[in-house]
Amino acid sequence: MLDFPLLSLLTFLPLIGAFFVLTVRGEPDQVAKNAKHAALFTAFFSLALSLFLFSRFDPANPDFQFVEKYEWFPTLGIAYHMGVDGISLFLILLSSCLTPVAMLAGWRSVTHRVKEFMIAFLILESFMIGTFTALDTVLFYVFFEGVLIPMFFIIGIWGGHNRIYAAFKFFLFTLLGSVLMLLGLLALYVETGTTSIPDLMDASISPLYQYVLFFAFMASFAVKLPMWPLHTWLPDAHVEAPTGGSVILAGVLLKMGAYGFLRFSLPLFSVAVAHFAPLLFWLGVVAIIYTSMIALVQDNMKKLIAYSSVAHMGFCVLGIFSGTVQGISGGLFQLISHGLVSAALFLCVGMLYERTKTLELNQYGGLVTKMPFYAMLLMIFSLGSLALPGTSGFIGEFLSLLGVFQIDRAVAIFGALGTILGAAYMLRFYKKVMFGPLENEKLKNLNDLDVRERAILVPLALLVLWMGVLPSYVLDYVTPSVDKLVAQYEMGLLLRKEPEP
Amino acid sequence: MMSFPPVMPEIFMAASTLLLLLFGLFRQKSPVNAVSVAAVFICFFTAVLLFCIGWERTILLNGLFIIDPFAAFSKFLILSGVVLSLLLSAGYLKSEEALERFEYPVLILLAGIGMMVMVSANNFLSVYLGVELQALSLYVLAAFRRDTIKSAEAAVKYYVLGALSSGMLLYGISLLYGFAGTTDFALLSKEVAGNGNGHIAFLIGMTFILSAFAFKLSSVPFHMWTPDVYEGSPTASTSFFAIVPKLAAFSLLARILTGPFSGFYDQWVQIIIFISVASMVWSAFAAIRQENIKRLMAYSAIGHMGYAMMSLLPNSPEGIGALLIYMTVYMFMVAGAFAVILYMRRDGQELEHLKDLSGLSQNHPVLAYAFAVFLFSMTGIPPMAGFFGKLFVFKAAISGGFYAVAVIGVLSSVVSAYYYIRIIKIMFFDEAKDPFDMESAFCRKVVILLVLVCILGFVVYPAPFVDTSFAAVQCLFSGT
Repeated sequence: MLDFPLLSLLTFLPLIGAFFVLTVRGEPDQVAKNAKHAALFTAFFSLALSLFLFSRFDPANPDFQFVEKYEWFPTLGIAYHMGVDGISLFLILLSSCLTPVAMLAGWRSVTHRVKEFMIAFLILESFMIGTFTALDTVLFYVFFEGVLIPMFFIIGIWGGHNRIYAAFKFFLFTLLGSVLMLLGLLALYVETGTTSIPDLMDASISPLYQYVLFFAFMASFAVKLPMWPLHTWLPDAHVEAPTGGSVILAGVLLKMGAYGFLRFSLPLFSVAVAHFAPLLFWLGVVAIIYTSMIALVQDNMKKLIAYSSVAHMGFCVLGIFSGTVQGISGGLFQLISHGLVSAALFLCVGMLYERTKTLELNQYGGLVTKMPFYAMLLMIFSLGSLALPGTSGFIGEFLSLLGVFQIDRAVAIFGALGTILGAAYMLRFYKKVMFGPLENEKLKNLNDLDVRERAILVPLALLVLWMGVLPSYVLDYVTPSVDKLVAQYEMGLLLRKEPEP
Repeated sequence: MMSFPPVMPEIFMAASTLLLLLFGLFRQKSPVNAVSVAAVFICFFTAVLLFCIGWERTILLNGLFIIDPFAAFSKFLILSGVVLSLLLSAGYLKSEEALERFEYPVLILLAGIGMMVMVSANNFLSVYLGVELQALSLYVLAAFRRDTIKSAEAAVKYYVLGALSSGMLLYGISLLYGFAGTTDFALLSKEVAGNGNGHIAFLIGMTFILSAFAFKLSSVPFHMWTPDVYEGSPTASTSFFAIVPKLAAFSLLARILTGPFSGFYDQWVQIIIFISVASMVWSAFAAIRQENIKRLMAYSAIGHMGYAMMSLLPNSPEGIGALLIYMTVYMFMVAGAFAVILYMRRDGQELEHLKDLSGLSQNHPVLAYAFAVFLFSMTGIPPMAGFFGKLFVFKAAISGGFYAVAVIGVLSSVVSAYYYIRIIKIMFFDEAKDPFDMESAFCRKVVILLVLVCILGFVVYPAPFVDTSFAAVQCLFSGT
């Protein structure tokens, strides 16, 4: 085991970097340049650290690793408690991997308040990693809700025309969910006397309490995920956010909701989960079909991808609440895959937007002749999004559906319809952008991707393909922890059933 | 070590304040600076004295005065609030000739003494003495800009309504006295406990007293004076009203509710629930349409009093500890916010409109970011200290079983988030206007820096303050 606090370092390194970026002074141009480089350096450094964490992670161990515990509120028993298991490991990697990508996405397009832009992303990264490493409910909440602040600024300052409306909607929607979870956390604390997540997993909570707390937590996670019908903030936020903001929003912030379900709902409120699973399944199915159909008629590219995100998160809901090993691993895999694919799709759209300043599908067509390399990459990501075998999306959706199939076949069948619709809207999107005659004058002198853009997209494309071809590499890390989670879930169900005559 | 009698800090403070008044009178030109500095030193020495006296529970002056850890700790907090206000007012007083008068720091000190008497009261007579000494000083502070009608109007409103509330307080006390034959807390407590479900006259008396406190704490339905007084008073006075008196009133309220009225828990809890819920909900909605930053701060204060009130509900050490933490954090946040508001000045004119803040982040980024931190903290967004204040308060409410109040509380905090982040939107997302006059207000910068460090640093090392607060309130419950 390591003898230095790797997780704390990983979590707070971006904050330290943000502090240094803050101290950058001088001529405006010079400040922007130095701030960009310092921030990017920090982001890459934390990426390296998280890869180091990955290399030291023991995949066979289902428990929390790299655990740190220090006193925080000693009289109340609230501690600074951190740790990683197979469930959070890849989400941490995802966060540290997408942050430099998001920064590079704004490398050229962000021209005003560059320093603040970089600081916002560093703070965001710190809070995101903190959310996934926290093992104390209060600490978790601090990071979970702290994310709102930098994201509010990112949408509000660097967003599009309607950015203020979108920023307020994002902030207030998410806050509304979070505060209900806060009450849930406190009720849980009062009921069990502890805020430590590992201890909570051993505590027994009465069924009535479970039902109430389940909904308190769900209010927050369902908004964040987002689940239908609480998803309406997402298209607005995505359309208005700058590309980097969309990348993080789709890539990581949505995952926090699913992570919350995995970390809290399943192990702590297993009775309630089992009881309400049918409701959640149908909400997931509605999300998949309804938002896919909306995506099918979208003319705004960012909106299209935003709605497709809601649909993809629906698959995660199906997988996670199936309570089976396949379903949960599939849901988790889908999280990681969607994190990469949707981030990449937003990047692709953002790159087009930088060139043409429009997001309307009708304005495009026939780009394949002008931007062949771009066309290839967009193909990979579109196929990843529509879950073609050989890409990471397939594994996630397949396993999720496999999991839910064992519990409720009708749900699985309706859910599978979503993959067809997914293919429909992604292919429509691809066709409209890439094929057909090149009519718009503005498109005639577009350049293909430059080095920076290739450097962003190619690694993501490789990851998507690699995860699709060799899923076992990821699943090996995930499975022990998922097995343990499923065992906890089933144990919770068993314990509850016994007292009833 | 030399030991002082426990009233020494108050005696010292009162005597030196009067000396300071004399000193000012015999000077030709109003010595504002010297008096301000001296006032800060008086607070400092009073705090040192407070540290030297014994903190164990002692009752003296024929039962009028009590010192215990709760009182002593509250006094420390009051003194630090007084110092914050003095620092805030320093630059402001010099900005206009009409305000450049040495009485200002003296009045603040007098109000401070009143508040210290309040938190040490062990008898309704000393309660009344302390409350009035404090209130009369505040009325004068509200009227301090004598040449404007607005300030005079605010003072008259404050005075008339304040007198009404003092009347209610006195009437309540007289009812209690008439039926119990005493105004002493300990004797009243026995009398109340012997009364079973409560004699009707006791209950009426208690209701009058609680109404008077609701007035002092600017809680709904006795909040009407707050926006007008906040708006009309000179901004430095407003900041003082917002920072300290509420902490003192809450400390006293906590002592009364846990002491003489603890036998009436079932009755007063209903009143407190109503006041708390009404304040939170009313302020959340009423503040949305405010365009004047001082009025907005008034409505925000009303709401915060509602949250703090929630911590009284379980009548437990946990709750009162949460109250102390919440009020202290609130005191710092408000001091920081007013430090920024005091900077709102263009071409020598004070500005109060929210729109005047637009684009602040481009003209004065440090000011804008500091204000944003304070506002997020007031909203209760982690990792700012304001979040932890709310956390403890809500935890107290939940552990007492007051789920419905807690749910209403968090929902109204979401509504109130709207008007806080609206200010942030104006500062960061809107087009920039002309920059403010940048006065060289050194003390104000110190306050902003200090508050920033406290609010952002709380999350890093909260243990000493939190533990002290929870330890200090134990004495309120050990006696019963």
